[in-house]
Amino acid sequence: MMRFSTLIKNPADWMAGGNGHGGAVLTSRVRLARNLRGLPFPGWAKREQRDEALRRIRPAVEGLPVMKDAFSQELSQLDSVQKQVLVERHLISREHAARGDGSAAVIERKQHFSLMINEEDHLRMQAIRPGLNLTAAYESLDGVDSQLELELEYAFDSGLGYLTTCPTNLGTAMRASVMLHLPGLVLSDQIGQVLNGINKFGFAVRGLYGEGTESLGNLYQISNQSTLGESESDIIRRLERIIAQVAIHEQNAREKLLEDDPAMVADKVGRAYGLLRYSHLMESKEALNLLSLLRLGGSLDYFPSDTVSLCDELLMEIQPAHLQLHAGRKLAADERDAIRAKIVRDRLQSLHSPDIYSKNHAPEPDSKDQENTSDT
Amino acid sequence: MKCDYCDSKATVFLTQLVDGQMKKVCLCEPCAKDKGVTDPTGFSMADMLLGASIGQAMQGVPVMAGSHHRKCSSCGFTLDDLRRVRRFGCCECYDTFSTEVGQMLRSMHKSNQHVGKVPKGLVAKQVRDQQLEELRAKLDQAIAAESYEEAAGLRDEIDNLTRAES
Ligand SMILES: [Zn+2]
Ligand SMILES: [Zn+2]
Repeated sequence: MMRFSTLIKNPADWMAGGNGHGGAVLTSRVRLARNLRGLPFPGWAKREQRDEALRRIRPAVEGLPVMKDAFSQELSQLDSVQKQVLVERHLISREHAARGDGSAAVIERKQHFSLMINEEDHLRMQAIRPGLNLTAAYESLDGVDSQLELELEYAFDSGLGYLTTCPTNLGTAMRASVMLHLPGLVLSDQIGQVLNGINKFGFAVRGLYGEGTESLGNLYQISNQSTLGESESDIIRRLERIIAQVAIHEQNAREKLLEDDPAMVADKVGRAYGLLRYSHLMESKEALNLLSLLRLGGSLDYFPSDTVSLCDELLMEIQPAHLQLHAGRKLAADERDAIRAKIVRDRLQSLHSPDIYSKNHAPEPDSKDQENTSDT
Repeated sequence: MKCDYCDSKATVFLTQLVDGQMKKVCLCEPCAKDKGVTDPTGFSMADMLLGASIGQAMQGVPVMAGSHHRKCSSCGFTLDDLRRVRRFGCCECYDTFSTEVGQMLRSMHKSNQHVGKVPKGLVAKQVRDQQLEELRAKLDQAIAAESYEEAAGLRDEIDNLTRAES
């Protein structure tokens, strides 16, 4: 059985994001919800009923070949910082972390799969991959689900599909989502238009906004809205096609910006570099926005090619629970800002100043790192 | 602008584009942290905004006379509970409140008929259950007709099927 410290010491490949599609696509995630027949949903179940669900599901999940030597833990055995770290790594949901008794998490060694028992539904399983890899993520998760359905009697209705506690998940009970980084579209003021276009195809677009209009860190999450009435593979195919289009728009926007206003781009990336390298107090919002610009610089070849992954790892490492884990104690807000700045400075120590003058061209769109490996 | 959850000043805005409309959730810093939406790479945003959309879908569902007192016979869930927790209690609730569900689905999903994966184990089990039922009926008939040789054969078949089940 894998220990918590081992799990945390070895970040998953997808946590370093993806250079895929010019760095526009960070991660692809697919989630399936399943419930057992004959037991109330976890939120409405009595303690004994939740325990019963855990007793039935956990051995089936731990017995999966892919879960050999996995991390498997009841949430009541983890402290609050540990749970929070798993949330910040997207290995469990916040909803799940808030549930104590009768809930458990089983996380595969490579952290491509994590299964949550007694979350909002009896079983929620997810697969995450770097870059635009929804098909690979779905196919591998579908395989896990097909093995489990031989042992677990799922709640299923021929009309409504997989029955879930929330009617927004009925049908396939599948949520497929992609995390996008779109600084080019934001800087060129085309983001609203593109997001509206995505939405017209029935996909929901979400961003976390600060005071202004652009999303914090220029990060956007796109996912399917409807789960009933369209098959899993159709949803995945449509979403993947649209995201590939958006990535091309982002690429074009960057090329146009470099043509029209290279000084503006260079200035933004250069300032972000300076602040990140030399600040001693940094709030999380500021860090996110600056890392976004540094990440853009990485995609534009102003920095060595691994800079994009470095930014993605930092996005995770500057989250509150990670800072506390790093410091080994609880931290006040101002202490957090100091430690956040220090972690960023340390990690960027060997990063040379942006090589802007020799790079007055846009990089080629990168398609080769769209690896469709099925390493289950 | 005020926080949707308390009266403090909202500084975190979560937005979602749905059906061409911008839906916004406004949060103060502590509430945002509490709901876990300060991490833009996080996935809790999706669940939170979808949770809000079920409240909106329910507003479009007409309240029929007496429907407040209807209870799921399996888990005791009522429509008032649905309004409060925005989640159902058990699978049987979907039968109990099928009229309301039908109306809610229209604003949430593409259609009201599932297309896609069907659990194989379940289908196999349903087929097996049906076969067992038929075999048991035949067995009863055979015993009633005192054809014991046939009955013994049927009993073996039933044994084989039930063994496959466990
Ligand atoms: Zn508040
Ligand atoms: Zn019920």
